[in-house]
Amino acid sequence: MVRRHGHERSDRMQFTLLYLETAAEAARGESAEAPAYWGAWGAYMAAMGAAGIMVGGNALMPPATATTLRIADGKWQVEDGPFAETKEQLGGYVVIEVPDLDTALHWAAQAPCATAGSVEVRPVMPSPGA
Amino acid sequence: MNEAARRSAEPPGCAPLAAALAARTSYGRLLALLASRSRDIAAAEDALAEALATALAVWPARGVPDNPDAWLLTAARRNIGRARARGATAARESETMQMLQDERDAAGPLPFGDDRLKLLFVCTHPAIAADVQAPLMLQTVLGLDAARIAASFLVSPAAMGQKLVRAKRRIRDAGIAFQVPDAAQLPARLAAVLQAIYAAFGNGWDDLKTRDGLTSEAIWLARLLCELQPEQPEAIGLLALMLHCEARRPARRDAAGAFVPLSAQDPQRWDAAMLHEAEALLRFAACFGTPGRFQLEAAIQSLHAERVLTGADHGTALLALHDLLLRIAPSAGAAVARAAVLAETDPAAALDALAALTDRCADYQPWWATRAHVLRRLGDGDGARVAARAAADRTGDAAVRHYLLATLQD
Repeated sequence: MVRRHGHERSDRMQFTLLYLETAAEAARGESAEAPAYWGAWGAYMAAMGAAGIMVGGNALMPPATATTLRIADGKWQVEDGPFAETKEQLGGYVVIEVPDLDTALHWAAQAPCATAGSVEVRPVMPSPGA
Repeated sequence: MNEAARRSAEPPGCAPLAAALAARTSYGRLLALLASRSRDIAAAEDALAEALATALAVWPARGVPDNPDAWLLTAARRNIGRARARGATAARESETMQMLQDERDAAGPLPFGDDRLKLLFVCTHPAIAADVQAPLMLQTVLGLDAARIAASFLVSPAAMGQKLVRAKRRIRDAGIAFQVPDAAQLPARLAAVLQAIYAAFGNGWDDLKTRDGLTSEAIWLARLLCELQPEQPEAIGLLALMLHCEARRPARRDAAGAFVPLSAQDPQRWDAAMLHEAEALLRFAACFGTPGRFQLEAAIQSLHAERVLTGADHGTALLALHDLLLRIAPSAGAAVARAAVLAETDPAAALDALAALTDRCADYQPWWATRAHVLRRLGDGDGARVAARAAADRTGDAAVRHYLLATLQD
């Protein structure tokens, strides 16, 4: 048996799951398939809630509603639309607290967009005092 | 610490110490234990290197402790605590003091387990780039230094060092756990471990010129895996395959250093013990009744060896094994190898099979060499010479190149 010490890494880590969807997949949410689409997301979120791993998260309005700002020469440049047109768009995110990457990947794999899109899994940077 | 540095640091006339440190089993075992909770392989390596250096300085005077591994583990843990304390807050320091107290309380040999299996799975986690998995394994489990690994993988030591540093940082920061995958994940994850071991072997096998080949290291890793996971037929199959190939090493070159193809090898020069072990392993693996890529490849090598030993023609069985291999694990290499077997009985069909692979194999040396062989059998001397020259241009091994060019004279 290896003895455990108080200073060792804590048993849980926070990960952000970024849900990336194709435009076609995202459009299902406003089509005749909307009940199935939202039902799948609802069940998925409920499962994570029941597992007690959710720290927070949100679904986002579509990229068309985005406003992008950058400052050049001290002046605001405000643009209509997302930062970049890409094949996949950010549809939402959650922060979960789990023991390791494999557990985070397990939850990422359950996301409805894992097949028709992808999920980016990133560790949350620990705060300096933690 | 790398092996060369460890060796050069060994004081003369200190056999027990040398033996303790040379034991490969200790390095990987200690590193796995030190890194498995923190996931910080680099910090564990530093701490272990420091502990080994201290041992070299202290043991000759005070004598080798009864349990050298436990001594090294305690010293390395203390080093980790010290390194943490150097950059830590007051709160952290008190935890470290507590840890040091714990260590003092733990007088006598520490009982400890074996986390090397977890280490093998961490090194080959899908979140780690495929090309660094085998080097990472060689370094963390066997303690090889980056330069030695780089020589075998034909990259610069600096580039290899960087890759390894990046991979270790990723393991620490991405949250990759030191654990044996659950049953659902195990087959795929085990396949990755086998693949990485075979990659380490292949890099030692392809170039006989470099004495730095890592074939014996790869075989050692496969033995370790079979010991830690005794009921995995594919792991046993991989070990059998590598032993079959390694057994033939002494016969692959003649006294003058010229390449000797398998069919012309003198089986007296094969390593009989390795060959017998390979055969026994293959039979044992077959008991599980779940064939796989490595078992099939080992079985193919077994038939090749038997043909040289007894002259028995296993053409039909060989082709059946190749067909199965292509179905289970399709690859250009497997398809070319099948064509080479087919050439013995039906060269025209073999030529067709090769033609179907043309697009994928333009720079694949075995494709050109097999094509040369097939065309020669079909009586197309000119075509055979063109293919043999193309094959010669695509090998980095001077002896093989010489052999291929010699066939131009036929």
